[in-house]
Amino acid sequence: MTEKQIVTAMKRAKGLGGGHSGVPHWLHQRVTAVAALPLMVWLIYSVMKLKGANYSEFTDWLSQPLNAGLMILLILCLFYHAALGLQVVYEDYIHTPCLRLAKIVGMKLFFIALGAACIFSILKVAL
Amino acid sequence: MTDRPLSPHLQVYNLPMSARLSITHRITGVALSVGTILIAAVLIAAALGEGWYSRVMDLVMSDLGTLAVFGWSAALYYHMLSGIRHLIMDTGRLISKRGAAVTGWLVILGALGMTIATWFCVCSFR
Repeated sequence: MTEKQIVTAMKRAKGLGGGHSGVPHWLHQRVTAVAALPLMVWLIYSVMKLKGANYSEFTDWLSQPLNAGLMILLILCLFYHAALGLQVVYEDYIHTPCLRLAKIVGMKLFFIALGAACIFSILKVAL
Repeated sequence: MTDRPLSPHLQVYNLPMSARLSITHRITGVALSVGTILIAAVLIAAALGEGWYSRVMDLVMSDLGTLAVFGWSAALYYHMLSGIRHLIMDTGRLISKRGAAVTGWLVILGALGMTIATWFCVCSFR
């Protein structure tokens, strides 16, 4: 390092430091993973039971409070888990900072919109 | 070209088993993220009414749709079992060549077995 720099070593080191948001991301990824386990077992069982169900059979099933409630929890848990996971994939493979930020924000907004549509749909059928 | 030996590129490098399992976990995760659109489509169609529901269900029950659901189930079982393996490894256990290999094979065989068992049940009932 022979080039003269106007910033001090301390300033540079601080600028290169962590984003201070890694631990919650890591923890939320794991908590949603554990929460998704029983919910996905329930979903697989339900999909197998509902195979080929017609409209009234399906809406009757989704109208039951337990099924509607579990489905809302599953959507929240799954979409949050997916958004956290895809964020890491984008961070690893997109090397242009502004493009990376745009894709992550766009992806998260997509999941929020899709999640809202799902929960609204569940409530519309159930209520 | 140079006469010097080149470092192995990703395309010709024989990835160790743990790396293959890891990238498969990521690929299945991305695939399942795309698969959430399938769950959303069924729920939204049900809210829109009978016409939309039967249109989406015809798509899901078609050959291509069944193949997609089959792939979704296999990816889900792999990602679930591999995820449990990662959760155990987060506690500092199984961080060894033998531990990683044995649990890796358990994940592969488990996902295969659960996928086959699920579709055996789906095909034999009704």
